[in-house]
Amino acid sequence: MKYPDKQGHFGQFGGRYVSETLMPALYELEQAYAHYKNDKEFKEEFAYYLRQYVGRPNPLYFAAKLTEKLGGARIYLKREDLNHTGAHKVNNTIGQGLLAKRMGKRRVIAETGAGQHGVATATIAALFGMECEVFMGEEDIHRQSLNVFRMKLLGATVTPVTAGTATLKDAMNEALRNWVTHVERTFYVIGTVAGPHPYPMMVRDFQSVIGREAKSQHAKVEGRLPDYLVAAVGGGSNALGLFYPFLNDTGVKMVGVEAAGYGIPSGRHAAPLCAGSVGVLHGNKTYLLQDDDGQIAHAHSISAGLDYPGVGPEHAWLKESGRAEYVSVTDDEAMAAFQLLTREEGILPALESSHAIAYVVKLAPTLTKDQTIVVCLSGRGDKDIHTVADAMGVKL
Amino acid sequence: MSRIAEKFATLARRGEKALITFITAGDPDLATTEKLIPLMERAGADIIELGVPFSDPMADGPTIQLASERALAAGTTVAKILAMVKSVRHHSQVPLLLMGYYNPIFVYGPEKFLADAAAAGVDGVLLVDLPPEEAGDFKAMADRHGVNVIFLLTPTSDKARLDKVARLGSGFIYYVSVTGVTGARQSVDSSVFDAVTGIKAKVRLPLAVGFGIADPEQAGRVASVADGVVVGSAIVKLFETHRGKALEDSVTAFVTSLKAGIVQE
Repeated sequence: MKYPDKQGHFGQFGGRYVSETLMPALYELEQAYAHYKNDKEFKEEFAYYLRQYVGRPNPLYFAAKLTEKLGGARIYLKREDLNHTGAHKVNNTIGQGLLAKRMGKRRVIAETGAGQHGVATATIAALFGMECEVFMGEEDIHRQSLNVFRMKLLGATVTPVTAGTATLKDAMNEALRNWVTHVERTFYVIGTVAGPHPYPMMVRDFQSVIGREAKSQHAKVEGRLPDYLVAAVGGGSNALGLFYPFLNDTGVKMVGVEAAGYGIPSGRHAAPLCAGSVGVLHGNKTYLLQDDDGQIAHAHSISAGLDYPGVGPEHAWLKESGRAEYVSVTDDEAMAAFQLLTREEGILPALESSHAIAYVVKLAPTLTKDQTIVVCLSGRGDKDIHTVADAMGVKL
Repeated sequence: MSRIAEKFATLARRGEKALITFITAGDPDLATTEKLIPLMERAGADIIELGVPFSDPMADGPTIQLASERALAAGTTVAKILAMVKSVRHHSQVPLLLMGYYNPIFVYGPEKFLADAAAAGVDGVLLVDLPPEEAGDFKAMADRHGVNVIFLLTPTSDKARLDKVARLGSGFIYYVSVTGVTGARQSVDSSVFDAVTGIKAKVRLPLAVGFGIADPEQAGRVASVADGVVVGSAIVKLFETHRGKALEDSVTAFVTSLKAGIVQE
């Protein structure tokens, strides 16, 4: 069985829970995507931009010192941080941008949390000559002022969202409202494997270049499949991008790492798969952080990119089917991992990616030296310098 | 026949159009909502829509977003809304419709919700983010419990969607007059009149028009082509500046003027 089904369901998850106004737009998008994903010219153009513009393939780097230090499995880093714009997000925005162009939409909108997806969308808008508006929670605008300025330099309008909790979920609400209002000429570039069908499938497909490259790169050096895949999960696009090409390789264990914030028992975290319940938000049925009355709860993570109360529906499905395992690490553990990778390998990971590293710190020593872990280093940490300094009590 | 169908039938016999008024349940508290329901009915509301507040109302403009926040701050829940409906049924038989988002209903449990809603005296449910594609099971359950499920049509809906909604919907069809979120507008787009006339020719259910209708004059013009007119944000706006007796008086006066606008047409 291939997921999702025709209506966009992954088991009980996914679907199209949106207002009537958007339904025709979703069908239009679904049809366009179904056509172009098999279109030779589209595929060639996508491959061209990934190669010449993003700089793919990026390396699968053997982290020798980190491996030595942890004393267990050999650790490979999939270097999405080396992509143009500094994270995996651009893989998806190139794909959606090319699709928008073919659909004749001259205006793109996006929601953003950490600002990486906003920057990636503003980037392709500049590249393809499109008008761009990015919705961003006011709280995130303060946390990520560098990325806000980058988006503005790229010619995008950054619209602050003050409603609700003023973070990523509210930015997504506002983007949906804007899309409803300007649906005829606007393409909504969703940044993760969430939202209504066909987004979870489409974003997964665009991001699966991560896993395809990692698979062949790992085969080249190790002559076999890896034992573990580890990736951070907010919405879950870098994780699904890595996991998807390995789904049928049942010997490969897959671990998604959610943000435990101040710790799961504190209630202040962003770990819906580990500590949430099933619900419907932003167009899909999935695991959510919510109260007993179905009101969405405030997520917390030191990483703005993980600070979201939902998760992509395919992850919910992979959890339910048992194909993938989901764990969580705290803000403090992620901070420690950030410093560890920086000192051991000279690589500043994004705080999102630091969550994956933090789990590797726990996992690697429990494995033998013949085993391997591929971890997705989804982005670089320069954007998080102020947050890291704050957490360390350093004034810049 | 449901209270909703009966109401439309009665009005049609008299050559009248339905005034459907929306307020958010629990704004600023449920005691106020319970008081306002019979007051609006007496002032001329034929059907009353009660918004079920949700933390993430992505189809709503600022007015109803704020109303939801006020209602949630007052501790409003689905269970408390149903209890209030049960209580208001002692002194009002106006058709009542709950309107909101699917998640609070999903978490309450759709089957339990429909059973409890029917028992409390709720006549219909409109869930903005539960389009026909996802509503099959819910509609079947609602039919068993005798609760109408109202679906939306919009300016972007094509013939195929119109057929789908016409087939699945019950009570009435709600035509959203703008491509956008809820909220009062300066004027009603002239395309609404042709659209409504076109849809009415193709469906057997009554057709009500809402989103953006802000005053008696607009309500009257829309009523000239539709079977009913929904006014929401323009009423909810009064909750931002009025409380208690002043709120009751201003809502009553406004609903009276809306009804007059419709009847005059």
